[in-house]
Amino acid sequence: MIDKRVASIADAVAGVKDGSVVLLGGFGVVGQPQELLGGLIEQGARDLTIVSNNAGFGSPMLPKLFALGRVAKLICSFPRPTPPAFEELFKAGKITLELVPQGTIAERIRAAAVGVPAFYTPTAVGTRLAEGKEIREFDGRNYVMERALHADVALIQAWRADRWGNLTYRGTGRNFNPVMAMAASLTIVQTRHMVELGELDPESIVTPGIFVNRVVHVESPDPPPA
Amino acid sequence: MTTRGIDDVVKPWDRQQMAARLARDIPEGWYVNLGLGLPTLIPDYIPEGREVVFHSENGVLGMGPVPPKDHVDTWLVNATKQNITLVKGASLFHHADSFGMIRGGHLDLCVLGAYEVAENGDIANWATSQNDAVPAVGGAMDLSAGSKRLWVLMEHTTKDGLPRIVSRCAYPLTAACVVKRVYTNLAVIDVTERGFEVLDMAPGVTLESLQACTEAKLRRVG
Repeated sequence: MIDKRVASIADAVAGVKDGSVVLLGGFGVVGQPQELLGGLIEQGARDLTIVSNNAGFGSPMLPKLFALGRVAKLICSFPRPTPPAFEELFKAGKITLELVPQGTIAERIRAAAVGVPAFYTPTAVGTRLAEGKEIREFDGRNYVMERALHADVALIQAWRADRWGNLTYRGTGRNFNPVMAMAASLTIVQTRHMVELGELDPESIVTPGIFVNRVVHVESPDPPPA
Repeated sequence: MTTRGIDDVVKPWDRQQMAARLARDIPEGWYVNLGLGLPTLIPDYIPEGREVVFHSENGVLGMGPVPPKDHVDTWLVNATKQNITLVKGASLFHHADSFGMIRGGHLDLCVLGAYEVAENGDIANWATSQNDAVPAVGGAMDLSAGSKRLWVLMEHTTKDGLPRIVSRCAYPLTAACVVKRVYTNLAVIDVTERGFEVLDMAPGVTLESLQACTEAKLRRVG
């Protein structure tokens, strides 16, 4: 029997190694797996590279991971508002920030997911975020080469899941989650609802279970009003 | 009125009038992404009955107005992370699809604010210096490079009266050669191969007074 369910947050994040590249779903706090982040804080892995659209806007969890000195690098499009913990480390040169346009982050993750090592995009051509990167002309327009962004771990928040790891999402809680779920060696999901196999309509499943390794049921609260 | 070169009879458009002036030019059927700040006022001025579909880069087509406080679904936010509603016909999708929509040229229009626009269509709207403490870019570069057309909605000059419509941007670029039109509190200006062409001006503004607070050369058409 295929059963990707695990009993606890600790089981869900067990074995995350020092130096891991961790994809963190969510846009602001919506769709961000708070309890898995809490589990990662407890679990203790260090020297992490975190890939997240924001730097902890709306939640204390990611700033806490920064404050504990556990993050070596943040790959991010919009680290504002900037948590004081991040700003201090950044100014002291103790954390690296790789600033990437939002769509380029998404596409680098998607490329890793689907076996494409690199791609050319018009985004950032002629700007300082393309400095040092290969520029190539296609049909009279310049494009910058971007590399796939592979990860060791993805932390995902779903709305409903079954024991095979099939997932659906709620509202704009979808955001980076489906594409991140596809791009990591170890994809860990927290789900608001755990349902029986067969209950999810195959027409409506957003993330097929093939991409998922572990699912933990967490009755997390709704995001706070924004 | 602190804008240099404009005398007292001038009636600049206010923020609402600027948004309304731009909204008037969005035809039915367009798919539109709106940037932060001033552009967020635009949906209020789309004429009743004209169907325009608003995109939010975090995965929404068919974004509706802010909900009343007692009807908030906190799972629905826009790109500025405010709670929103969905209109009938709305759809939800993930980030790679959302930016595929943008980069693939499927959006008819993107409206952004800016610090500067140059006569070749360069836009600077994400960083004010080469060494911001903690820089942030979000989706601005994707939207600028990817939309079918980029319009800018901004004040004509800085608070100190310095020009923002320039021959060359001083601030770091968001994208090169992409802006098609600029809507300001004083004028509507097209970006063309021949340079900036003034399409419309606020009441009392003359080409001479407009030129006096614009660094790049302006031409009047129409």
